Amino acid sequence: MMRLLKLVPDSTNIQFLKWRNIAIILSIILTVASIALTATRGLNFGVDFAGGQMIQVTFTQDEAAPIAELREDIDALGVEGASIQRFGDPNQVSIRMRVTEGAGDDPALASAVSTRVTQMIESEHEGARIDAVDSVSGKVSGELFQAGALALGLAMVAISLYIWLRFEWQFGIGALFALFHDVALTFGFFALTQLEFNLNIVAALLTIIGYSLNDTIVVYDRIRENLRKYRKMEIVPLLDLSINETLARTVMTSLTMAIALAVLIIVGPDVLFGFTVAMLLGVFIGTYSSVYMASPILIWLNVGPDTFVPEETNPSGQKVHKEGYGR
Amino acid sequence: MNDFPPWKVWMLTALLVIGVLLSIPSLLTEEQRAYIPDFLPQPSINLGLDLSGGVHILLEAQTDEFQEQRIQTLSDRIEDAMEDDGPTIEIGSLSRSTGAVRFTVRDEAQLDDAMERVRALTQPVGFTGQRDFSVENEDSLQIVVTPTETGNTEAVNIAVNTATEVVRTRIDELGTREPTIIRQGDERIVVQVPGLDSPESLMALLGRTASLEFRLVNYEADPNMALACQAPIGSEAMPYADQLDGTGCVIVQRRVMVSGDQLVNAQQGFDQRTGQVTVNLTFNGVGGREFGRVTQENVGRPFAILLDGEVLSAPNINEPILGGNAQISGSFSVQSANELAIALRSGRLPIELAVIENRTVGPELGGDSIRWGGIAGLVATVAVMTFMFITYGRFGIYANIALGLNLFLILAIMALLDATLTLPGIAGFVLTVGAAVDANVLINERIREEQRRGRKVIDAVQTGYKEASRAIFDANITNFIGGVLMFSFGSGPVRGFAVVLVIGIITSVFTAVTITRMMVAVWIKSKRPKELNV
Repeated sequence: MMRLLKLVPDSTNIQFLKWRNIAIILSIILTVASIALTATRGLNFGVDFAGGQMIQVTFTQDEAAPIAELREDIDALGVEGASIQRFGDPNQVSIRMRVTEGAGDDPALASAVSTRVTQMIESEHEGARIDAVDSVSGKVSGELFQAGALALGLAMVAISLYIWLRFEWQFGIGALFALFHDVALTFGFFALTQLEFNLNIVAALLTIIGYSLNDTIVVYDRIRENLRKYRKMEIVPLLDLSINETLARTVMTSLTMAIALAVLIIVGPDVLFGFTVAMLLGVFIGTYSSVYMASPILIWLNVGPDTFVPEETNPSGQKVHKEGYGR
Repeated sequence: MNDFPPWKVWMLTALLVIGVLLSIPSLLTEEQRAYIPDFLPQPSINLGLDLSGGVHILLEAQTDEFQEQRIQTLSDRIEDAMEDDGPTIEIGSLSRSTGAVRFTVRDEAQLDDAMERVRALTQPVGFTGQRDFSVENEDSLQIVVTPTETGNTEAVNIAVNTATEVVRTRIDELGTREPTIIRQGDERIVVQVPGLDSPESLMALLGRTASLEFRLVNYEADPNMALACQAPIGSEAMPYADQLDGTGCVIVQRRVMVSGDQLVNAQQGFDQRTGQVTVNLTFNGVGGREFGRVTQENVGRPFAILLDGEVLSAPNINEPILGGNAQISGSFSVQSANELAIALRSGRLPIELAVIENRTVGPELGGDSIRWGGIAGLVATVAVMTFMFITYGRFGIYANIALGLNLFLILAIMALLDATLTLPGIAGFVLTVGAAVDANVLINERIREEQRRGRKVIDAVQTGYKEASRAIFDANITNFIGGVLMFSFGSGPVRGFAVVLVIGIITSVFTAVTITRMMVAVWIKSKRPKELNV
């Protein structure tokens, strides 16, 4: 018979929660730092959320894109504040123009700017090919921003409510904090790297929320099972046991996800780079947070063997836990 | 493991075969699809504009100007009604400020008559008996006409409906294939044209109101007023479309001689004598007669050709223009004359439209995205499958078969639902590959665990599936919630991602749990293994 790969030895007994205090302090510092960084440095919003124009050009007859020349040409058109960046191959650039003040309210003027620039490029540079034009007015970008923020907020709340419903309220709170931590850190990452933050990144964030919860649920499900099974066990060793029992699965799944995403980063289209990087990061943050955020919160919220035992009122009027419930 | 009787196995197998067959048309090129006999259903997936290349434009109706215009028109009609609908009623201090028309009637005896004439100009809206304008008598002799909320909404509604039809006609005239034109909400129109790589001409065509008017020039007006762009009462000062033609404005009469509404045809052409590019117009009977009559009465005087409130030219009438044909020239190129002809043929936009969002993707970039996205998907699938095989052996193969079937099923369901595959959608596929095997990882790890606890093969497998199902179910529900929210609030590309994600969640639970369980059950039943190497 074939010898199968075992990434995690059969019976591990790692005391994960020994470091819970250090971990939670680290998490709080990282979360606060991420929020502060996002607030001070800001995100590099793409045209989806900031409005303006983005034009992608490939210079098919050149080795490298004539960026300096292009900048002069665009300046000569009187278009202010355009930024030109290499994008993908050396002969590809993306030109980004922000909504100019005053012109922001006039959609016709905004699209006229991109038309002027594309026409200039096509006539001045032989072999230039316009690959993509995105032009979003301030009004639409504002709406997209609102919808994105709303979707993110609703997803976090709805998912936490579901956990509350399926488990107990302590678990819902644990999940909510873990999600908040994951989302904040992803924002921090985008503020730090100044990678473009666009609609795709919101999709990535929603996916991170979903999959970070996968891990949390798998661990929570095992905690619930063990709480019923080992009524006399202390909560900390019980959590450690649950995490260890699900460790092989956690490692396997994170790895398959990471493999798929890494492939997408390496060979996938450049347009998807930020999206995939965000998700790969989310896989790691999500795994970490289900162990070090979602689980220790249960300790602080006094989850114990009685949490899943319904209360009943005994003849003398006191509330007690039902006898013989569970195993 | 005897909960898979043969009939159930056959039924599930048949379901999977149908699913895989239904996904095949989506994987073929159009030429290859032509070989499939027509009587077979052949649903195929739509490619989003980011993959096929094309133009997406969001147009928004400019309602503020539209409402102003309605009030302007109403006030003109009130003036006419007071003069023409019976004995003249003298009115004064007509104003159009703050969204209402106000005027005073000089003679109190005529007040009721005046009210009646204004009321006759209003229209009923809907079935509630409400009218589009409310007419009230304020301050003894003053009449105030205010547009009603329902009237405003209804007017915009009708205008945007008509505008959507005009947009459709104009795009059809361009001869593009399979354009999508959908009205969105109260004031917006979405236009999607696949395969079109120059959005400029399309945007020029859609952004143009194409309101063509012929009006007489008020030649008695003071030339200084024309220079300053001011107009006496009853006239309007209009700017030149082409500033090189002269400075200042042309003072034209308010009354429109003939308008573009009376055209039956417009074609690009050339002037016989000068070789200039022109647009040749043909009026309908009424328009042609009116044009003839006015030009006959005004020989030697100038008239102005106005397009969207700008003067194209203001020639003298050398002779009466009879027969209902006219020719307009300006500084046209063949292309711009063609565009104008299309716009005039398809009719005037009843409400001005502005492009508030435009996304264009060239066909090369789209093709690149499909190619690299496809390669990424393939490599990721092979990598994950290899990894699953070396970790779980036989059970890994089962998981891999399920994974493959899952991808086909997603394609088939998307094709059946007429869903659109976008670039983020391809990323969704790749992600589903990574995530779908999670269910099998959970199950297999649990079986390993149960075996360690000393359970026998069948018992371990059964417990493994049973205990793992709970977490699989909960985890997929939360992902489902995320996906549905993404679909409801997302736009374009994000929706494409959400569709793949949500369908993938449903199909992966089916393939990764039910189908692998069936394969395991069949295997155990036929081989009765004494030990299990998971």
